[in-house]
Amino acid sequence: MSESDPNPMDIDYVSNLARIELTKEEREKFQHQLGDVLQYFEKLKEVDVDGVEPTAHAFPRFNVWDEDQAKEPFSVKQAIQNAPQSRNSQIVVPKVVED
Amino acid sequence: MSNATIISKTAVELSHSLSEKELSSQEVAQAYLEQIDRVDPQVHAFLHRDDDDFLAQANASDKRRAEGNTLGPLDGIPVAIKDVISVQGQPLTAASKILENYISPYDATVIRKLKDAGAVIGGRLNLDEFAMGSSTENSAYGPTRNPWDFNRVPGGSSGGSSAAVAAREAPLTLGSDTGGSIRQPASLCGVVGVKPTYGMVSRYGLAAFASSLDQIGPFSQTVEDAALLLETISGHDPLDSTSFPTEVPQYSAALRDPLTPCTLGLPKEFFGEGIDDEVRKAIDQTIEFYRSLGHKIVEISLPTTDLAVPVYYVIATAEASSNLARYDGIRYTSRSEQSENAINVYAKSRGEGFGEEVKRRCILGAYGLSSGYYDAYYLKAQKTRTLIREDFSRVFKEVDVILTPTAPTPAFKFGEKSNDPISMYLSDIFTISTNLAGLPALSVPCGFTNSGLPIGMQLIGQAFEESSLLSIAHAYDREHRFGCQSPNI
Repeated sequence: MSESDPNPMDIDYVSNLARIELTKEEREKFQHQLGDVLQYFEKLKEVDVDGVEPTAHAFPRFNVWDEDQAKEPFSVKQAIQNAPQSRNSQIVVPKVVED
Repeated sequence: MSNATIISKTAVELSHSLSEKELSSQEVAQAYLEQIDRVDPQVHAFLHRDDDDFLAQANASDKRRAEGNTLGPLDGIPVAIKDVISVQGQPLTAASKILENYISPYDATVIRKLKDAGAVIGGRLNLDEFAMGSSTENSAYGPTRNPWDFNRVPGGSSGGSSAAVAAREAPLTLGSDTGGSIRQPASLCGVVGVKPTYGMVSRYGLAAFASSLDQIGPFSQTVEDAALLLETISGHDPLDSTSFPTEVPQYSAALRDPLTPCTLGLPKEFFGEGIDDEVRKAIDQTIEFYRSLGHKIVEISLPTTDLAVPVYYVIATAEASSNLARYDGIRYTSRSEQSENAINVYAKSRGEGFGEEVKRRCILGAYGLSSGYYDAYYLKAQKTRTLIREDFSRVFKEVDVILTPTAPTPAFKFGEKSNDPISMYLSDIFTISTNLAGLPALSVPCGFTNSGLPIGMQLIGQAFEESSLLSIAHAYDREHRFGCQSPNI
């Protein structure tokens, strides 16, 4: 990916990175729209940020520790209440290992 | 007291009537439910209601009052919630199909604080899916309409929260603001909306969009009401490691102190082309008002203004693409019935469950973080974000607050910007930079266009200086109270 030109974006590659399946129509539409957005981002290329530190948070806090105390966790029922499929107090997932 | 009178009251007025025993919380709750029944088929601010639970909470409040155990000024006052903040036992869809059946197993910290204050937690309010948008058109459950003109958007992403207050379906609501999602809809619906300093309000229990930018905040008719709600939900929370350990001033009490003369800055970059003439005129009048009170008005410059939108969309989409990875089709979302194996269950569930704008932003964010592009996009944007913060720090050596329009135009029509992402992104041009800098800002209604659409002004304050920000806003609002005017619906 790094050798290719940023425009146009390789929409199949990036949508796979994002784990989102797109329809054919979406692929075409996004290719065009995201191309425009990347064009708009070109403004950033002109900015001189030599020696400037990046900002990840406006008011960063470091080493935020929690009291080492046991707390009441969710019950199993609460923890899996929203799972799309569950059985015997566990979440059912598609088969991962082949027979 | 008639229902029309009840719902026209501000939260402070309702609180007074409750303590004077002119009204019961039951009566207040009933009046709002009737108003929602009457207007919400058109407005569509609510995605979900639980009337039995709502009335039970009101009843409990009345009991506390009868026993002399009232919990404070918000006891018995309804507060409706953007459908992105967890309330135990209630749905949280984030206006997305992927969370169609999700029920929150716990309360967000802001909700726990509201319950501790006796507030009556109301229904779930519409938004742009996962708070991504500026019009509420991106909701999977249909758009909210602007109560001032049903052909126009209420703004977004907290469009349900702003419309509900404007349509008098709730005296107070909560929204969230990542790039303007409280202030822009407040402006478009003619109500007050406050985005607090980053770290002032806990994000625990808020469905994350962009964690370094998101803040929960209040909507109301007046600045006084917003101050009351804000002081209730603010404060350090060990459950949010970015929450800031600082005292919460009593904002409502601060509003009663006399305001000393201060300096308001007008950033010249915010007053250039692209501002609607009527918006410009209304803002000029607010400037004159502040001048007439004896405050000093100075022109300032924020040269990085035009970089804020691209920086924001690189950072916010990158954070979103990481945050939304949790909606995986496995643990607590809907799952695609087409999925065949452990790999495509993700892509298919997300492809079916997410709407267009969410997909666009996750893909854009993944691109900006991907190998070979990280330095050019994400890191570059983070460094430019530092320049934006430094711009504000420099300016705040000269001024107390910054005054700008909240949005360049009044409410726009449905479909006007929905096929052009960049034009939609630019409707947040005045609000985005404060999220990048972490500063508090609010929108106060400051008039109407000739055709009757609300206009809002934005005041931006210094970090953790909500008290002075709210006081300066209140000085204008108590004389004008444009947010107390209601649409004819």
